[in-house]
Amino acid sequence: MAGNPGQVDFSESADTTLSSRKDVSLVAIMWRHPSVFWGGLLLAVIVVIAIVGPLFTVDPVALNPIKRLKSPSAEFWFGTDFLGRDVLARVVHGARISLVVGLAVAVIAVVLGLLIGLVSGYLRWLDAIMMRVMDGLMAIPGILLAIALISLSGATLVTVVIAIVIPEIPRVVRLVRSVVLSVREEPYVEAAIASGTRLIPILWRHILPNTIAPLIVQATYICGSAMLTEAILGFLGAGIPPEIPSWGNIMSEGRTYFQLTPWIIFYPGIALALTVLAVNTVGDGLRDTLDPRIARKM
Amino acid sequence: MLAYIFKRILATVPVMGVVALFVFLMLRLSPGDPAAVIAGDYATAEDIARIRENLGLNEPIVVQFTKWLGQLLQGDLGISIFTNLPVTTLIAQRLEPTLLLTLTTIVFTVAVAIPLGTLAAWKQGSLIDRGVMLFSVAGFSIPVFVLGYILIYVLSIQLKLLPVQGYKSPFTDGLWPFLRHITLPTITLSVIYIALIARMTRASVMEVLQEDYVRTARAKGQSEFKVLMKHAVRNAAVPIVTVIGLGIALLIGGVVVTESVYNIPGLGRLVLDAVLKRDYPIIQGLILLFSFIYILINLLIDLAYTVFDPRIRY
Amino acid sequence: MAEATTAHPPVLEVRGLSVTLPKGADRKYAVEDVSFTVGRGEIVCVVGESGSGKSVTAQTVMGLIPRKDLTPVAGETLLQGEDLLKKSDAELRELRGVKMAMIFQEPMTALNPVMRVGDQIGEMLEIHTQMFAAEIRDRVIEVMKDVNLPDVEQMVDSFPHQLSGGQRQRIMIAMALALEPALLIADEPTTALDVTTQAQILELIKDIQVRHGTGVMFITHDFGVVAEVADRVVVMQQGQVVEQGTAEQVLKRPREPYTKMLIGSVPSMTPPKRKPITEGEPILAAHALEKVYGASGWFGRGRVVHAAKNVELEVRRGETLGVVGESGSGKSTVARCIVRLIDPTSGEVLIDGTNIATMSQAALRAYRHDVQVVFQDPYRSLNPRRTVGQSIVEGPMNFGLSEAEALKRAGSLMEIVGLSAAALDRFPHQFSGGQRQRICIARALAMEPKVLIADEAVSALDVSVQAQVLKLLDDVRKRFDLAMLFITHDLRVAAQICDRIMVMQKGQVVEQGLTAKVYASPAHPYTRLLLDAAPGKNAFLEQKTGN
Repeated sequence: MAGNPGQVDFSESADTTLSSRKDVSLVAIMWRHPSVFWGGLLLAVIVVIAIVGPLFTVDPVALNPIKRLKSPSAEFWFGTDFLGRDVLARVVHGARISLVVGLAVAVIAVVLGLLIGLVSGYLRWLDAIMMRVMDGLMAIPGILLAIALISLSGATLVTVVIAIVIPEIPRVVRLVRSVVLSVREEPYVEAAIASGTRLIPILWRHILPNTIAPLIVQATYICGSAMLTEAILGFLGAGIPPEIPSWGNIMSEGRTYFQLTPWIIFYPGIALALTVLAVNTVGDGLRDTLDPRIARKM
Repeated sequence: MLAYIFKRILATVPVMGVVALFVFLMLRLSPGDPAAVIAGDYATAEDIARIRENLGLNEPIVVQFTKWLGQLLQGDLGISIFTNLPVTTLIAQRLEPTLLLTLTTIVFTVAVAIPLGTLAAWKQGSLIDRGVMLFSVAGFSIPVFVLGYILIYVLSIQLKLLPVQGYKSPFTDGLWPFLRHITLPTITLSVIYIALIARMTRASVMEVLQEDYVRTARAKGQSEFKVLMKHAVRNAAVPIVTVIGLGIALLIGGVVVTESVYNIPGLGRLVLDAVLKRDYPIIQGLILLFSFIYILINLLIDLAYTVFDPRIRY
Repeated sequence: MAEATTAHPPVLEVRGLSVTLPKGADRKYAVEDVSFTVGRGEIVCVVGESGSGKSVTAQTVMGLIPRKDLTPVAGETLLQGEDLLKKSDAELRELRGVKMAMIFQEPMTALNPVMRVGDQIGEMLEIHTQMFAAEIRDRVIEVMKDVNLPDVEQMVDSFPHQLSGGQRQRIMIAMALALEPALLIADEPTTALDVTTQAQILELIKDIQVRHGTGVMFITHDFGVVAEVADRVVVMQQGQVVEQGTAEQVLKRPREPYTKMLIGSVPSMTPPKRKPITEGEPILAAHALEKVYGASGWFGRGRVVHAAKNVELEVRRGETLGVVGESGSGKSTVARCIVRLIDPTSGEVLIDGTNIATMSQAALRAYRHDVQVVFQDPYRSLNPRRTVGQSIVEGPMNFGLSEAEALKRAGSLMEIVGLSAAALDRFPHQFSGGQRQRICIARALAMEPKVLIADEAVSALDVSVQAQVLKLLDDVRKRFDLAMLFITHDLRVAAQICDRIMVMQKGQVVEQGLTAKVYASPAHPYTRLLLDAAPGKNAFLEQKTGN
């Protein structure tokens, strides 16, 4: 009777739960989850506009003193600003900057946070120190920290990215660390330790793969929040140099004439909101699909 | 119990220390001569020397830190470079609007977000739930200032319901003008915070509704509404309150922007003016202040857990 | 079937009940054409392995299943003649607690952690009666006394976390009985409890249903428990009733092969004859082994827990030493110290004469292949992202075996544990729990260990699978001449596989000796208590020949 264990059905599926294993390829996710699909589509459109759009618009920094503060028209779809520059051209160009900042911040924050989190989750003496540092960093309001860092080191695209990355790191570290701490208790990790596997392969084979799904989700949220922060910094006059047409800068310049020409703020504002919305929607959809448990660790 | 409180308070010391060290090192370790950066492009050699003296940059770094920390512990945040006034004085002058704006925002947020999130969790998958989730995604996506300008444009400029900008104190100008002026900033600042807390409330209550003791309550024949109020919400309190505390960081960032949009003379404006004038002691002082407030609030919330959850004692 | 009951109509009558599973599940019905009755003052055990549909049946009666996912499509469930399936949600709420009540498996999670236990019992009365607060409190105290809780006057105001598992289950029972329902549904009420606590709770349920004349539908997977409490038995498999009858009929003269197989798989409490192993030096030994948790922190007086105290043990090649005890006894701590998954506080762990207790992690690596473990949970013991083959070859490749050689070894081990070598390319989720446990055994054997530790390795398995895996463990012990340390809470399992037994309580070894001797004449009172508490010990089961 013991000969064929395959005959014994062990699955608990019939009693309470469904256990059809999910297909997690990206295409399948997009198909099953409308939010990932529509968010992804919107994001794709924005990315395409950001890449090829500037080829079809006029020079975003070309001055035209005669045509200042024009309302939207057939010639200037989004109107012109106080120096007569084409707002459409500037908004299209600004998309590049927002996306670059969002992507750069997300990638850098995730990579750094992953490294610190992995090591910190595994080495207890380092963990105590690292967590105090991260708690401290989290206590400093991100925007103020970024403003201070930029005002001290000078405003360039690179310093803005760094200034936005630093306050994002603690969140990634905490996420990775929490995954590491729970996974290292798993019997399969203990079995690997008991069979003489060294630290690096354990991290690489058994622990790291568990962090990927939550990190992808976290990366999308960071990307969205980084684009917002970049725009806020620009809007406050503390971001990327004013001569670069980022969305924040366009809106910052539009403030003075807001009562007269509100569209100078609204068009880039809507563009920014849509972009962040697309990114966040994709993030939410991925979260629901990849790992419902991390839903709480926003 | 007392030991628990004492331990919690003690645990904030290293965190505050990290904040102080970070703020201190930020200036000293920034590339180039910080005094020159602060002085700006048109500064004379004397200007730079004066700033260096003011910030104590001439001494060895350990001596600098000890002195600086000593002053900090006595509540001295240094002297503003531009106005030559103590930073604490400048902060005291600007404290009221910021404090009141944050308070109205927290009250408004909690009053809106928690019922909304609970309702969404209860009627999971319903139109209300979808509406709350949509609002929450949108709330995370709209930049605070764009929302501010949209509200000003529609409610103040087009409909002329509320004043466009400015601040009136409830103590000197009366309660009604204060409320009229604070309404739009409060809504503006609340939206992202509501989005955060409604979402968290929904997630926590939904999770609690899956618990075994909720099933027990249903097995007793308890009505769904009472299951929600007596069992679910009470148990979801700890994660919700935690996020209210963590969200303070978000709120502080939003205050700077909101004050700028609505021209409110609070701490946020003080920071921005300081950035434009490169008045570093003010920036530093405000970062320290905001961070310590954040740590303090989260400490209080930590201690409040004992009220919500009898399991947490010491 | 009705002849067993009295002239009263049955309290519960389930007739031709079918409940569908959602689309995409591995079968169409969770429960199919199920019929049985529960009479007044009668305990009916619904017994089956996981996936048998026994819990779905219970929850359908209570109306607690999500009808969207699990839809009753045929049949009726009559509670004192009223069909529950035709009731509205509001009508069902009126009946719950009043006419039917339920207790659950996990006393740890079934009570609201932020509400005083007295209030939770009182809630039942608040919902269904017009009693005043003071009356409610009196009644709560009364029912708490009725379930034999100690110091009721104080306990009524305590929170669940301040009570033990057994006390919480008593609170649940008190709550269920507060309104004297006609039907009590008990869904695996003792599965999460230690064996001595289980015995007390079973006693309580029997006592109460006699005194109150309650009809009890008792869901369980454990034939020992069935033998202990059942008046009648309903055996379920894959959503269908395969056999039902009086306890004596079903347990003594089962008709269906499935029932026979289930009962035959229950390990006997009588250890088979084994030749004591006395030759050779011990390959594994522990001397004065201690593990202390929660050493003093900054504030001194942190709570110190002695998880293991002065533990002495020796195991020879070819010998199985059983470590038995209840939760918190320290049996797993000992195992984890020996594998060095945790560091012992003091004492020696000798592997073939070498003390590894205080070795550095780097020095320890060389000894890692000597001691291997098989863990309890088959669902978490294999990395879900790696193929079975990758998991098995990981260890040998750490010790310099080439991938090809390691795979060859893995293939032959798969055959030994009763699986095919072709399965090496598959992922863990493609296997059942029993198969995964076989894979874990293969993974351990791939290291060519001298010592194999089975830490509750068959505890999570259904009884029929358990018997097979147990046999496999015994086979590989002989075949590879292994010293085996077998950690378990289950005295039946221990009786069947262990040469010697070591009984632990609160971190200490209270008794050690040859299995047959310990079972026949236990020296320590705690051992006697454990043996007496084993469910079904004195019942029909023992007349069957143990495997």
